[in-house]
Amino acid sequence: MKIHEYQAKELFRKYNVPVPEGEPVFSVEEAKAAAGKLGGFPVVVKAQIHAGGRGKGGGVKLARSIKEAETLADEILGMTLVTHQTGPEGKQVQKLLIEAGQTIEKELYLSLLVDRATASVVIMASQDGGMDIEEVAEKTPERIIKVQVDPLMGIQGYQLREVGFGLGLSGQAFKEFGKLLANLYTCFVDNDCSMLEINPLILTADDHVLALDAKVDFDSNALFRHKDLLELRDLTEEDPMEVEASKYNLNYINLDGNVGNIVNGAGLAMATMDIIKNAGATPANFMDVGGGASSEQVENAFRIILADEKVKAVLINIFGGILRCDIFAQGVVDAAKKTGLSIPVVVRMEGTNVAEGKKILADAGLNLTAAVDLSDAAEKIAAAVN
Amino acid sequence: MSIFVNKETRLLVQGITGNEGSFHARQCIEYGTRVVAGVTPGKGGQKIDDVPVFNTVAQGVKQTGADASLIFVPPPFGADAIMEAADAGVKLIVCITEGIPIMDMVKVKKFLAAKDCRLIGPNCPGIITPDECKIGIMPGKIHKKGQVGVVSRSGTLTYEVVDQLTKLGMGQSTCIGIGGDPVNGTNFIDVLSAFQADDETQGIVMVGEIGGSAEEEAAAYINTNLTKPVVGFIAGLTAPPGRRMGHAGAIISGSSGTGAAKIKAFKDNGIHVCENLGTIGRICKDVF
Repeated sequence: MKIHEYQAKELFRKYNVPVPEGEPVFSVEEAKAAAGKLGGFPVVVKAQIHAGGRGKGGGVKLARSIKEAETLADEILGMTLVTHQTGPEGKQVQKLLIEAGQTIEKELYLSLLVDRATASVVIMASQDGGMDIEEVAEKTPERIIKVQVDPLMGIQGYQLREVGFGLGLSGQAFKEFGKLLANLYTCFVDNDCSMLEINPLILTADDHVLALDAKVDFDSNALFRHKDLLELRDLTEEDPMEVEASKYNLNYINLDGNVGNIVNGAGLAMATMDIIKNAGATPANFMDVGGGASSEQVENAFRIILADEKVKAVLINIFGGILRCDIFAQGVVDAAKKTGLSIPVVVRMEGTNVAEGKKILADAGLNLTAAVDLSDAAEKIAAAVN
Repeated sequence: MSIFVNKETRLLVQGITGNEGSFHARQCIEYGTRVVAGVTPGKGGQKIDDVPVFNTVAQGVKQTGADASLIFVPPPFGADAIMEAADAGVKLIVCITEGIPIMDMVKVKKFLAAKDCRLIGPNCPGIITPDECKIGIMPGKIHKKGQVGVVSRSGTLTYEVVDQLTKLGMGQSTCIGIGGDPVNGTNFIDVLSAFQADDETQGIVMVGEIGGSAEEEAAAYINTNLTKPVVGFIAGLTAPPGRRMGHAGAIISGSSGTGAAKIKAFKDNGIHVCENLGTIGRICKDVF
């Protein structure tokens, strides 16, 4: 689960990770007041959306007076910000962070994440802050410092020093950085983060370190033990259809093609999308109803996909193991009758009670086409939309 | 022969009194697996059909000689259940539970490093040696005894592959789902080396998906260590970056974990690549 920069910074404050003074605002009036409160200029007006690349997209601007802060807030609030992470349709800006400007001596990079290959928390740091870290890692891997932390031991003093010296810090800033990193590690573990990134972490002209940006992603599987963090979820940042699907525990992702599909199991669902593409059509979504889904879940999945206007045909691919084909077929028939099916649906079923399932579909008198196997299903669905 | 499980395996089911636990324990018994014990804290002394239920894994192991465990507990208790089994001396732990926090698994991995046991999963369908032993939630009857080893990160996708193999007359030595989580126990390489050492296994099907680099590492391993033919498939070539595709581990982060990179690693290392799931059975027939 992603959160906004201002929320991440509030979390940092709780863990004594230094961040610039500032506050989130939702209107031009509030922006004006917040800028005035900071007691000096310049102030930074930052669009709060979940995607990165906000600066380049024109969502982060410097104001040198209250008047300018007002103008900029008016300009950015409500604008559709397009960045490399939002997709071409962009994201509408609904809130801003008004922050005190800083004199930057040097920009650094710092992140913590769970590394799947080593099954440990890895700290990544670099003196090349403010840049795309993937690019730095690819072109100049020697400029990346990587430290693995044993989850049972926690972060050690020598590791803090290794990163601090590696970033070229000394004196007061070095000491402050050690504390910052230790606190950040605690924040990471306490809150079950899956990723925590500060880019840039800055060294100020007066030798302090400060998190100028903050990006935090939580492990969704761990939210059951962090009820407080659930309140930070911003539904307006999510696709409304995906929000609806999540209410029924359906794994759904909205894509831009026109072939809707319903599959049981994530791996098979991905493979089904690939098959659709292979046959010359494009998937409108990823939909995994779960390996052992109930007929109710199938019905909800069907309803959500049929409500999507760009869907011109639906491919249903079920491998019934736990989920029996007859039960599944009944779910499809019920949903189709309730929603009034107006587009072609190709059904491919295999597994337990498949004969009974096929009979239920055939007897329903609906516009359903049965496919004998995957290749047949792919051809039939492509023919239906092309 | 087969790998990891056979008709001698004595199974204990953790979470046996729950809906899923009791349903699948019965399915395993029906398939022929020797289910010797169940565990649910606080329900010791009860019975599920003929299977005695214990309060702790240690008690169950001591009384019944169980050497494998199948876990069905809810995600908040998953890590605890795995560690309990390992501590009780269980040699093979199969964890079906989906949704265990990643930091829990990171700690479990460190804990298990000092124990003499193997973990399969979590978030997996389990393991089956056809006609001998089924430890998991896969439909038993699509399997057939034979000589193809199957290893996969997925559940239903594996059933699809197995079904195609069986229908074309190719049976399986052992089929293993290693799970869709980013941090898991047994990995591709562990299974591949076991298949290589197993006399019965003549060919291997490896089913991967986007996210992480396990497939790339396995491909390099296959090139230098395997003499048996391998057919490979990757799911998620059309998946968008940055989105979690159902499985917690199926996500392209930046430029890492893409399907294209995995397919390339497969091809570069002599693996027979299947690019269309509908044809995987036929490709296996040609290759094996």
